[in-house]
Amino acid sequence: MPGAIYAEGLVKTFGDVRALDGVDLDVPEGTVLGLLGPNGAGKTTAVRCLTTLLRPDSGKAVVAGIDVVRQPNEVRRSIGLSGQFAAVDEYLTGRENLQMVGRLYQMKGRAAKARAAELLEQFHLADAADRPTKTYSGGMRRRLDLAAALVVSPPVMFMDEPTTGLDPRNRQELWGVIKQLVAGGTTLLLTTQYLEEADHLAHDIAVVDHGRVIARGTSDQLKARTGGERVELVVHERDRMGAAAEVLAAFGKGSTTVEEHTRKLTVPVTGGAKLLAEVIRELDVRGIEIDDIGLRRPTLDDVFLSLTGHVAETEEAGEGSPDDAGHDQEKEAAK
Amino acid sequence: MSTATDTAPVTASANPVSQSIRDSLVIARRNLIRMTRIPEMVLFGIIQPVMFVVLFTYVFGGSMKIGNTTDAGVYKDFLMAGIFAQTVTFATAGSAAGIADDMQKGLVDRFRSLPMARGAVLTGRTVADLVQTCITVLVLAVVALLVGWRTGSAEPTNAAKILGAFALLLLLGYAFTWIGALIGLSVRTPEAATSGGIIWLFPVTFVSNAFVDSSQMTPWLRHIAEWNPFSATVQATRELFGNPGVVQSDAWPMQHPVWASLIWSVLIIAVFRSLAVRKYRSASA
Repeated sequence: MPGAIYAEGLVKTFGDVRALDGVDLDVPEGTVLGLLGPNGAGKTTAVRCLTTLLRPDSGKAVVAGIDVVRQPNEVRRSIGLSGQFAAVDEYLTGRENLQMVGRLYQMKGRAAKARAAELLEQFHLADAADRPTKTYSGGMRRRLDLAAALVVSPPVMFMDEPTTGLDPRNRQELWGVIKQLVAGGTTLLLTTQYLEEADHLAHDIAVVDHGRVIARGTSDQLKARTGGERVELVVHERDRMGAAAEVLAAFGKGSTTVEEHTRKLTVPVTGGAKLLAEVIRELDVRGIEIDDIGLRRPTLDDVFLSLTGHVAETEEAGEGSPDDAGHDQEKEAAK
Repeated sequence: MSTATDTAPVTASANPVSQSIRDSLVIARRNLIRMTRIPEMVLFGIIQPVMFVVLFTYVFGGSMKIGNTTDAGVYKDFLMAGIFAQTVTFATAGSAAGIADDMQKGLVDRFRSLPMARGAVLTGRTVADLVQTCITVLVLAVVALLVGWRTGSAEPTNAAKILGAFALLLLLGYAFTWIGALIGLSVRTPEAATSGGIIWLFPVTFVSNAFVDSSQMTPWLRHIAEWNPFSATVQATRELFGNPGVVQSDAWPMQHPVWASLIWSVLIIAVFRSLAVRKYRSASA
C-alpha cells in the first residue's frame, strides 16, 4: 500500500528547465521525510505539485490516498501547507488570520473561533492574539503560519523550508513545535537546505539535485556515505605542521589531509566535543600553537560532494525566491 | 491531533454556489478589515478625485466650451459626471495592487491550498473595493455639492434617475476592478500593479466625453471617444443627473447611453472575470 504521500515519476518543466525530472517519493503514514537540497534543486516545485498549486506535466501523485491531479479539492481538505514565507495577512491580527483560514476550510464561525483560540494558546501567541501580525517578530509570524496550516489538524502536512531566515533560538523553538506535531501522528514532508535540520526532524531523507532524487536513506546512512565529522585546525607556525599531524593521526579515524599553504589540517573523527577537548589538550602539552580549531560536521556541501562529486550549485538569494525552480529558470533565461 | 475528524469537522460543502458566496464574503471581510487598518489608503483614494474637482473647476472652468458657452458654472455641472466616472475606474489600481501584494506575500498560495471556492479570493477583493468606491463616491458627491454642483441644472431629473446614475457608476467601477484583478495576477510586484493598474486609465478616461465636449474633437478621435466604454457611462450619468453637455451624436452608445453603459460593464465583468479566475487557478508567486 502506498504511503500518505506518494509520487511516481513526477515531471514539471518551466520552458527549457526541467524543475522536476522524474521524482519518486513514498512517505509512510506518521513519518517525516526531509527533502534536502540547494536552492533551485526542485524542492519547492515538488511541494507545489503535491499540494495542488502546480499541475505536474506527467507522473502520478497521491496524497492521503487521493489523486492530486484528479481530485485537487479533496486533497486540499486533507493537507496543511506552510510555505517558505509566513503567509499571513500582516494587517489582520493573529486571531483574525486563524479564524479566516478556519472559515475557508469550511468550518462554522463558532468552531473557527474556538479553534483559533486553541491554536493561539498552543503556539504561545495568546498574548499577541489581538495585535496585527505586522508587529510580530519573524519567529512569531512563522509560528502563526504553522498554526494556520494546522487549523483542521490535517493528516498530511507540507512545510517548505520552515526555518529559513530564522535565528537559532527561533529555529530551535520551531523544531520543538514540529516534533510535537509529528509525535501526534501527522505525516510530514519538509524541505530544507540544512542537513542538521533534516537530521533533527526527519526519519528519512531524500537528497534532491537538478530535479532528481539522487540519494535517500536515514541521516545515519547518508552521513556514513559522507564521512561523518572531522576536526579541522590551523597551525600557527608552518614548521610545527608535522607535529600537529602526528597528534591528529593519534586521534583520527582516517588519514589526515594537509593543506600546506593555509597551514590547515583535517582528520575524520568520532567522539565529538569531548574528543576535540582532548586534541586541544594534547596540542597544548606539546606546545603546538594554533590559530583556529573546530569540529566540523558534514554539511549539505559535503553530502553533495560525496554523492555527486561536485559542490552544490546553490543559487543566491534563496530567501527572496518564492519558487526555487522559477528562480533557476530566470537565471537560465538570463544567460 | 491524529486525524482530521476528531478536532475539526471538514465537511464537503453541499452547495457550490452558497460556498462561493460564503468564501467571497470571508475574503471581502478580510479586505475591509485591512482598509480600516490602513486608513491612509482610503484617504488618498478620496483626496485624489477631490483634487481633480478643484483643479478642473478652477483651472479649466471658464476656458472650456460646453455647447455654446464657456461659462465656468456650466463646465462645473458638465464636469462632475466625468469626475465621478473617472474616480470609480481608479479603483482598478487598488484591486491590482492588493492582489499582486497577496501573490508576493504568499497569501495566494495559502488560499489556493485551501478547499475554498476558486473565484472567491478575487470576488472578495472586488467586492471590498466596491465598498471603498461607494465611500469615495459619497464623499466626492458632498464636495461637489459644496463647490456648487447641482443636479437638474440643464434638464429636469428626479431621485430615481440620480440613484440610477450612481448605480451605473458603481457597476462600471466594479467591472474595472476585475480588469485590475487580472493585472494584479499578471505582474511581479505590487508597485508594478499600481502603475500598471492606472497608466492605461489616462487615455481611456481622457479620450472620452468626460472632461471635454467630444463633439469638438477631430473626427477619428471623436469616433474613438464615442465608442469608448467609459464614455457611455459618462453620457448616461450626465443625462440622468440632468447636467449640461450631453453629446449629440449618431453613435449608438451616445444615443442609448444607459443601455450601452450596462452592456459594456456586464461584458467587461464577464470577460475579465473569467480571464482572471483562470489566471488565478494557475497562479504562482
